[in-house]
Amino acid sequence: MTILQVNDLGITFGGLRAVDGVSFQVSLGEVFSIIGPNGAGKTTLFNLVTGIYRAGRGSIRLAGEDVTQLAPHLLVRRGMARTFQNLQIFFRMTAIENVMVGNHLSERTSLLADLFALPSVARQNRRTRERALELLERVGLAHHAETTAGELSYGVLKRLEIARALAADPKVLLLDEPAAGCNAVETEAIDRLIGQIAESGVAVVLIEHDMKLVMKISDRVLVLAHGKRLAEGSPRVVRNDPAVVAAYLGEHGAREADRAHG
Amino acid sequence: MLRKILSSRIAVLLLLAAMIAIVPVLAPSSFYLRVAALVWIFGLAALGLTILTGYAGQVSLGHAGFLGIGAYAVAVGPAKLGLDPLLSLLLGAVLCGLVAYAVGKPILRLKGYYLAIATLGFGLIVALVLTSEGAITGGPDGMQVPRVVLFGWRIAGVVPWYWISGGALLIGALLALNILASPSGRALRALHDSEVAAAGVGVDVAAKKLAAFVISGVYAGVAGSLLALMNGFITPEAAGFMHSIELVAMVIIGGLGSVVGAVVGAAFLVVLPQALTVLQEYEQAVLGLLIMVFMIVLPAGIVPSLRRLVLERAA
Repeated sequence: MTILQVNDLGITFGGLRAVDGVSFQVSLGEVFSIIGPNGAGKTTLFNLVTGIYRAGRGSIRLAGEDVTQLAPHLLVRRGMARTFQNLQIFFRMTAIENVMVGNHLSERTSLLADLFALPSVARQNRRTRERALELLERVGLAHHAETTAGELSYGVLKRLEIARALAADPKVLLLDEPAAGCNAVETEAIDRLIGQIAESGVAVVLIEHDMKLVMKISDRVLVLAHGKRLAEGSPRVVRNDPAVVAAYLGEHGAREADRAHG
Repeated sequence: MLRKILSSRIAVLLLLAAMIAIVPVLAPSSFYLRVAALVWIFGLAALGLTILTGYAGQVSLGHAGFLGIGAYAVAVGPAKLGLDPLLSLLLGAVLCGLVAYAVGKPILRLKGYYLAIATLGFGLIVALVLTSEGAITGGPDGMQVPRVVLFGWRIAGVVPWYWISGGALLIGALLALNILASPSGRALRALHDSEVAAAGVGVDVAAKKLAAFVISGVYAGVAGSLLALMNGFITPEAAGFMHSIELVAMVIIGGLGSVVGAVVGAAFLVVLPQALTVLQEYEQAVLGLLIMVFMIVLPAGIVPSLRRLVLERAA
C-alpha cells in the first residue's frame, strides 16, 4: 500500500535547482533508498519531504492526504519521522530522555498539569519511560539508558536517533545516512535494525553512501544527480544502468555492489 | 545513589526550606533578615529565568520589565483603582503573563543575540513608560505602596515579608522542579539542544518557547510585587536594565538550569554588594572581579560545578 507519494517536487536556492521535479512513491514495509553523488540534492529532498523547507513546486501526499506545506511538528502527527545526517541529539539529556522526547506526541498532559505535578503526569512519565526503554532495547542500547547522550559514541548515537524517531510511531521513517561514520560492526547492527523496522510494516526511506548496505537491504533505489531523477528501480536494475554507473558508482562502485549482492 | 539524592525534588525543597528556616536564627538584626528576604525575592525572579534560559535556552535581557509591572501593579492597583493589594498582586501576575504572551509571540521567533536585543527593547520600554507616565506612576520619583491588611492584621516590617517571600520562593521552586520532570520540561530541554530535532519528534517549538516565556514573566512579576510590598515604596529603577542583567547573571553564576543555583546566584548578587560596602569606592570593582573569578573557576556555575565535585569524590 502506497503511504508516501511525492510528485514533481522542486526547490530553488538562488537560481540553483537543488531539487528539480522529483517524483517517487513508497509503500508500507518497503525499504526505499535514495542515492547519488554529493550535492545531488538527497538531503534537500529529505528536508522538503519533512517540511523543513517549503516546496517551491510539486506536492507531497502522506496516507492519501496532501501535506505539502505542513510544518515539521505537524507532519510527525501524521506519521512521518526522521533522523539527521549530522546528529541532532539532545546532548544534555540522557539516552532514555532522548527517546522519551520522541514520545512527545502520545503524551497526554497539559502545561498546567505539568506545573502542578498532578498524578496524571507521574502516570504519563512512567508509561513514557517504559516505552522508551522498550525502544532502547530494540536498538540494543538499554544498558546506556541513564547515560548522558553527550558521553556516547557516534555509532551509538546514530542508533539512539533511530530509537527516538521510532518513539513517534511513524508510518514513514526517513533515515539520513544512518551508517555514516559507523564501523563494520555498527553498520551490521543498523542493517539488521532497518530490516526489522521495515518488516514491522513501516516504510523506510534511506539516504546512504554505503553501497553494500544499500544494495543489500533496499527493495527499490532512486538515483539522483543534479537534483533530478537519474534512475529508479530494483538494486539490480539500478546497478546495471549505464547512466548511473557513469554518474555515480564508477567502475569500482559497480564491482563493490556486485560483490555485495552475491 | 548519591546522584539520585542530589537531584531529587524533595531534597532540593528541603535544602531551600532549611536555608529559609535557619537565617532568622542566625541573623543578629532585622537588617540581615531584610537582605535574606531580598535573596528569596530575586531568587524567585531568577527561577523564572531558570525555566526560560536554563531549561529552554532562550535569553531575555528584559525580565526586569516584568519585575516592574508586578511592582507597580501592587502600587497603582490599590492607590489609583482602589483594589485590594493581594488582588492587585494576582492581577499583576496575570498582566505579566498576558504581556509576556503578546511580546513573546512575535519576538521568540528570533534566536540568540537577536532575541536578546528584542527582549532588551521590551525592558527598556517598560522602564520608559513607568518613568514618563508620572500621573499614574509618580514618574522617576516613584510612589508609595499601600500596606497589606490581611484579616485585620496589617502586614508591616521585615519579619512577615521574610516568611512570605520565603514561602513564595519554595512554591516557585516546587513548580520549577515539577516542570523539569514533566513532558513539558523534557520538550523545553530538547528544543534547547536541537530545535530541528525537537520539531522532528512533534514538539511545537514556538508554543513551548512562548509557554516558558509566559511562566518566567509571571515569576518575575510576582517577585516584583513582593519587592514593592516589602519596601513599601517603588521607583522605575525596579524595571531598569541593570536588574535585567543581574537576573541573567544570577542564573549563570548559580548554574544554568539548576533550581538551587538560581537561589545561590541571587544570594551572590544580593549579599556580596552589601558585604563589600566596607570597601567603599572599590565595591563595584571587587564585585566585578569576584564574578570573573567565579566564572573562571566554576564555569558551569556554582551549584552544578560543586555537584560534579561531590559526585567525583564519592565515585
